[in-house]
Amino acid sequence: MKKLLLITAVIGALGAVPLISQASPENDLKAFQGYFTERFPNVPLEEFTNGVYAIDKASREQWEAIEEFPPYEIAIEEGEEMFNTPFKNGKTYASCFRNGGIGIKSDYPYYDIEKGRVETLASAINECRTKNGEAPLKYMKGELASLVAYMAYTTRGQIIDIKIPFDQRARDAYEDGKRFFYARRGQLNMSCAHCHVDNAGNKIRADLLSPALGHLTHFPVYRSKWGSLGTAHRRFSGCNKQVRALPFKAQSPEYRNLEYFMTYMSNGLPWNGPGARK
Amino acid sequence: MRKSASSTLAAAGTLALMLGSLAIAPQAAFAEEASVVEEGKAIAFDRKKGNCLACHKMKDGTLEGNIGPALVNMADRYPDKKRLRDQIWDATKINPYTIMPPYGKHKILTEEELDKVVEFIYTR
Ligand code: HEC
Ligand code: HEC
Repeated sequence: MKKLLLITAVIGALGAVPLISQASPENDLKAFQGYFTERFPNVPLEEFTNGVYAIDKASREQWEAIEEFPPYEIAIEEGEEMFNTPFKNGKTYASCFRNGGIGIKSDYPYYDIEKGRVETLASAINECRTKNGEAPLKYMKGELASLVAYMAYTTRGQIIDIKIPFDQRARDAYEDGKRFFYARRGQLNMSCAHCHVDNAGNKIRADLLSPALGHLTHFPVYRSKWGSLGTAHRRFSGCNKQVRALPFKAQSPEYRNLEYFMTYMSNGLPWNGPGARK
Repeated sequence: MRKSASSTLAAAGTLALMLGSLAIAPQAAFAEEASVVEEGKAIAFDRKKGNCLACHKMKDGTLEGNIGPALVNMADRYPDKKRLRDQIWDATKINPYTIMPPYGKHKILTEEELDKVVEFIYTR
């Protein structure tokens, strides 16, 4: 218990405003990954991409059985078909992305200096559509999630290497995401870090809490609870609601910056989306 | 004589009444206390109210989480009931970094519900 309190205090201090502006992203990354590798000394770094299944033998076996006939397979196929189907103007998604859109999920999220904001793959997909005269897709689930699933699939195995360019606005976006992650929120007054840093590996009621390290490597994710695929921002929204906080919109600046911070914290781990969770 | 007899009778009646109320009073108080504890328990266990089992093990709980310490020997450990109430009303006063929700401060429970939860937790 003492140890838990101490860790909570340290994390709390990290979240305090003056330190945020002092610590560099590189130092944050070292401290963040160091905390988890020390807390879970028997879990190899790349295993953190598997959420609770990296730290819980019992549920891991069930999950491995599920992964043999992955529930997200249909979505990958649907996404691939959409990806290769020309728009009304004859062009395809391939025309909007580097390398024809294959194996490029690793390019996102990044700070777009020209637009002055964090660009995500989901928002880039919709920009591609509107640029080609197509209506944008909904951001939480459905067709867009399937497209991202296919694009994630072609990116599997690459190593996460998110950059924070030397630009004050990029740095601000990163700091904003970091502040969001450590900030108390909602009537229940909890931060993401309370559950996924301080209490990773502990149980909240019957649910084991996953470590935040590796949180966004495998999205979009098929959740049995949803009965469908969902994007990372859908999950953010759910975790906000759990603490009775008003969720933000998918692709809001808040969630983009949060995605930027959280993905950067998983630098060095492999991309392994799409994933399956309970 | 008559007067005295009637006053004796009256006195006896009063005594009977008093005895009766003495006999009944503790039972009534006990029943009332028991029902407050029961109500407190229902509030504490309700996922939409206290949901204390999300984080605390305690007697009669099921599928408890392990984020907070087990709640045992509370009456011994909190001779001052107000300290127990303070912990539940706003845990951040005692530990600024705590994950425990501030049930009173954020009006997750009403003051009345919180009192009942305190009475219940006191029996754990
Ligand atoms: C009250 C506790 C709680 C809080 C606060 C919380 N979460 Fe969660 N979160 C959960 C639970 C429970 C799950 C499902 C089990 C798991 O994977 O940890 C989950 C799952 C997740 C997942 C999916 C992990 C995976 O492997 O697929 C992500 C990502 C996530 N949370 C992000 C966040 C973010 C970002 C915040 C803050 C905005 C947050 N959570 C706040 C309890 C919480
Ligand atoms: C999300 C987690 C969480 C929930 C929900 C929660 N607590 Fe706590 N509680 C804690 C933690 C962690 C502590 C350890 C001290 C601290 O951090 O405040 C604690 C400490 C306590 C203590 C002091 C324990 C001691 O040994 O002195 C009491 C009493 C208590 N909680 C009662 C409650 C009651 C009653 C409820 C529900 C109405 C509740 N808690 C809900 C996390 C929680």
